[in-house]
Amino acid sequence: MPLIWIILAVLALGAAGYVLGRKRAVSSAGGDIRILHSLPNYYGMNVFLSAVVPALLVLVVWLLVQPAVIQRQVTQLIPDNEVMNSGELSLIMSDVRRVADGLDSAVEQGALTREEARMIRTEFTNIRDTLASIGVALGDDVNADVLNAAQRYRSLQNTGNTVMAAAVLILAALGLGYAYSRTHKDFRARNTVERAVLAILILASTIAILTTVGIVLSMVLETRDFFHLYPAREFFFGTEWIPSFEGGSHLGLLPLLWGTLYITFIALLVAVPVGLFSAIYLAEYAGRRMRGMAKPMIEVLAGIPTIVYGLFALITVGPMLRDYFAEPLGFGTSSSSVMTAGIVMGIMLIPFVSSLSDDIINAVPQSLRDGSYGLGATQSETVKQVILPAALPGIVGAILLAASRAIGETMIVVMGAGAAATLSLNPFEAMTTVTVKIVGQLTGDTDFSSPEALVAFALGLTLFAITLGLNILALYIVRKYREQYE
Amino acid sequence: MDDMNDMRMVERAVDDKDLKITAKGVDVFYGDTHAIKGVDVEILDKTVTAFIGPSGCGKSTFLRCLNRMNDTIDICRVTGQILLDSEDIYHQKVDPVQLRAKVGMVFQKPNPFPKSIYDNVAYGPRIHGLARNKAELDEIVETSLRRAALWEEAKDRLDQPGTGLSGGQQQRLCIARAVATSPEVLLMDEPCSALDPIATAQVEELIDELRARFSVVIVTHSMQQAARVSQKTAFFHLGELVEFGETSQIFTNPKDPRTESYITGRIG
Amino acid sequence: MTDASAPVPPKSSLYATSDHVKRRNRTEARFRAYGFAAIAIGILALILLVISIVSNGASAFRQTYITIPVELTEARLDPAGNRDPAEMARVTTFGYAPLLAQALQQHLQGQGISMEGVTPRDLMAMISQEAPAQVRALVLANPEIVGQTVTMEMLAGGRIDGYFKGRVTLETAERDSNVSPAQLLLADRMVEAGMIETRFNWAFITGPDASDQRPEAAGLGIAILGSFYMMIVVLVLALPIGVAASIYLEEFAPQNRFTDAIEVNISNLAAVPSIVFGILGLAIFINFAGLPQSAPIVGGLVLTLMTLPTIIIATRASLRAVPPSIRDAALGLGASKMQSVFHHVLPLAAPGILTGTIIGLAQALGETAPLLLIGMVAFVREFPDAPPEGFFDPTSALPVQVYNWTQRSDPAFVERASGATIVLLVFLLFMNAMAVILRRRFERRW
Repeated sequence: MPLIWIILAVLALGAAGYVLGRKRAVSSAGGDIRILHSLPNYYGMNVFLSAVVPALLVLVVWLLVQPAVIQRQVTQLIPDNEVMNSGELSLIMSDVRRVADGLDSAVEQGALTREEARMIRTEFTNIRDTLASIGVALGDDVNADVLNAAQRYRSLQNTGNTVMAAAVLILAALGLGYAYSRTHKDFRARNTVERAVLAILILASTIAILTTVGIVLSMVLETRDFFHLYPAREFFFGTEWIPSFEGGSHLGLLPLLWGTLYITFIALLVAVPVGLFSAIYLAEYAGRRMRGMAKPMIEVLAGIPTIVYGLFALITVGPMLRDYFAEPLGFGTSSSSVMTAGIVMGIMLIPFVSSLSDDIINAVPQSLRDGSYGLGATQSETVKQVILPAALPGIVGAILLAASRAIGETMIVVMGAGAAATLSLNPFEAMTTVTVKIVGQLTGDTDFSSPEALVAFALGLTLFAITLGLNILALYIVRKYREQYE
Repeated sequence: MDDMNDMRMVERAVDDKDLKITAKGVDVFYGDTHAIKGVDVEILDKTVTAFIGPSGCGKSTFLRCLNRMNDTIDICRVTGQILLDSEDIYHQKVDPVQLRAKVGMVFQKPNPFPKSIYDNVAYGPRIHGLARNKAELDEIVETSLRRAALWEEAKDRLDQPGTGLSGGQQQRLCIARAVATSPEVLLMDEPCSALDPIATAQVEELIDELRARFSVVIVTHSMQQAARVSQKTAFFHLGELVEFGETSQIFTNPKDPRTESYITGRIG
Repeated sequence: MTDASAPVPPKSSLYATSDHVKRRNRTEARFRAYGFAAIAIGILALILLVISIVSNGASAFRQTYITIPVELTEARLDPAGNRDPAEMARVTTFGYAPLLAQALQQHLQGQGISMEGVTPRDLMAMISQEAPAQVRALVLANPEIVGQTVTMEMLAGGRIDGYFKGRVTLETAERDSNVSPAQLLLADRMVEAGMIETRFNWAFITGPDASDQRPEAAGLGIAILGSFYMMIVVLVLALPIGVAASIYLEEFAPQNRFTDAIEVNISNLAAVPSIVFGILGLAIFINFAGLPQSAPIVGGLVLTLMTLPTIIIATRASLRAVPPSIRDAALGLGASKMQSVFHHVLPLAAPGILTGTIIGLAQALGETAPLLLIGMVAFVREFPDAPPEGFFDPTSALPVQVYNWTQRSDPAFVERASGATIVLLVFLLFMNAMAVILRRRFERRW
């Protein structure tokens, strides 16, 4: 039974429950809705909620858990020597899934009957060709173990789906029946419904906490595994990054951290003066028309996705810097470099710094400006000696937030900084960052038991810790600053 | 208190003083609003002149014309002539920055900069380059704080933030700050409206002392205050200067019926 | 009170600007110029970025086609002669390629166009490798046309296409092992004969991706569909959850540790690097829960978690903007707290919530890094099914497609990547414009 039908069926049950509950409440009051405890709709709503909510919750949990359970069951069918041969269990499992799905779609398209699909044997049929004819491409011929696993996978999947549909529908029906039986004119339907709604609201707001827990757990557990395989000391203080999937890798954090901080530094070198001066100009000098035009244009920079900046770095800024600066000056011939990524990231951060600073500068009370002008100060003297010192904590907070952005930024450095982990001072040399290596180690077919893949989680945790620290510090400073003027 | 005021009224004999500021036919527009209509006024040196009138009558607006503070508001337009020592302050050669060094201003709400007391007072002298060295600057700061009657309270905490002072002290700090640039005229825009009665009395006393060196123009919504501190009073109503004269005359024998209604509490 | 004599500056005329003030005014002018320059730099960067993307990508929307009559010989395409699609499917694209080569050669000869310096092999290379597959698909769909001579419009090869877009010139062709100047000159002659035409390329927007050697055939169809599926998931999950969470926090939550914990978490999640969400998706949704890689459902879930803080912050702001008097009025009439919120406050806050949601969706649409980690970089050529099953099928996503194309060696993919970026930016522009219009139209000041 396709998922959409289950959901629709549950909703239909709920709707029916709504009508029934409402009707029963009204009739229990003898048609006089004034003697009902709550409005009739609440009785309907009560039945609807008790039919739909538990059923859908079970459905969601089931959908999340079932694949994991089936996977575990099917994995046992794959003999160990097979795993040795292909080197990677997940590759075999994806084959298993593809064969199973292929057989399913073969049945759907009528290339095989249901019976044929179930009885199919590697000895008699070339499954690869059969599946290829309906458009399912397999990399290899299907062997008996894989087919066996695939059949098991299909049957489990089938059973699971059937049981799930049954369980969900029965639960919905039970909920409906229970709530319906309780519907009576004295039943406090509104209070019950409101309690249920409040529970749903609370549940929704705990998702933020669950996400954080998920983030931390997912990284901490894997990082712990990583440190079992690779000494933590060498990770944190190692100066070499030479991963090799045959083992014997050097996975030192320092060159990555150096690249990250160098690029962040250059990005801030671009973004802070430009952003700050733009904010000052917009807040203190620009007329209304100028402000109305320039401010949105600068803010457009904030709405551009980072992938676009990455592309900009790759096809325009990188080659330009190489042709006009790096090569003539003898700094190297690489178009991806610290400079490329840093400048482009700086451009990305301009609106970030400028709009935060704009807010902060505007929060400085007008009376301070008046006081300074009244003493005969020029506008720039007022800005430099009164407004900026007054706004300084806020601006420092804004810069810290920008730095945390820069450290966590991925696409621009993936496309603009390069992949070589070096500890160099030359800004026109390609370097790499923590985020680049997270992407590098986790994309493609990865073996999640090797230190080369697990190191990405340790990198992720490091990144998370650094940015979290910066954010908390920045928010603390900004909040302190706000209090000063409130 | 009343006794004291009467004493002062008597003592206030106005002798002939130099003309400091002359305004002729001043009009001010905020966008389309005609805020000040054809005001003529003459302000004397070493005299306290009070501008009174109901709120929104334009007295503050006119005050802000005298050191071109209205320049900082985009939509504000000033026409007419304002002479400081017979020089037109709206002349195109005049730099408002230079003008404001001569015509200082103290605002309604105490607005010390978020700096130390010393730096607050030294701010003006520093930007105008009035001191050649640290010793001179120290001297200016001390003198100004003394003139603002704040030296005794502040001398031990010059390096502490000016925002840490009490309201009345803050306002006196702002006066010290304005005095430090050695202005010729001191404009005060309701300087006591945010202060408690004791602080108000201190500031009023101070204004009277400042009269010895500066021409002081004070905007106030309190007629008692105008009577207490000023020698000359101008009454504004709906953007017009209704009556201008000796303070004693305005309060005891107003010529215009509108002034009389205001003094006796019927307008405002 | 001691009247220590302060140094009084000599009395000066207002009309004469002192040197000191002149110096200060110069500093002022300089400072002002810095500010102006900063704004100019910002705007210039924006303009440069847009120009760079548009100039590189605009040509992706046009494509070069070669039109020739092709004889679909029965002997090759349907040896059994019974027009059974299942049997005809045995003939692979390799069976079709010689047919096209022959047709092209014959047509050129027939038109009297010289093939000077172009070997038959080179001639075939002028047609996209995708062309045989297109012809095969056409034949399998209409078996009855076998045996006829059909006028076919086929994609030109990437280099030939590049020649008409200015990317490839006779000079670069000298050094390029994939194309020779003779081929380009022949292409010029074919244009004169009306065989080659460059026109708008719908397939770029609707078609699937193509392999590394066929940039001319690569399209965005699956990526757009994948992004669209993810946006549906995000909208369906993030909007109700975000609104529910905001209502609780803004209207019901008591001041306690639990509420504080939620608040702190929301503001921190808003600043967590996006790649970290990718790690979360990989570890929890794929490795732990066993959801399929590259699937819109996983991408949608990850983007939902990323978008939630944006929606919550916007929703809370618009709830807060509804004046308490409205709540009081409802409560005063005997409505329950829940009724006052759902009947009165929420409808009034709706435009603000909607605007925040659109902006959150726009952010999610452009997000790339987390999608890389959940396997959306994979090469996908099959369109996903319709939702909800399609949510579990492998797809690509618009921004990931851009990244994917930049990683390929053929320079023609730079054009494709820039073209895809233009599509992405158009979508974003549209969404943001919608948000602005909504805000203008419904914004209410209390």
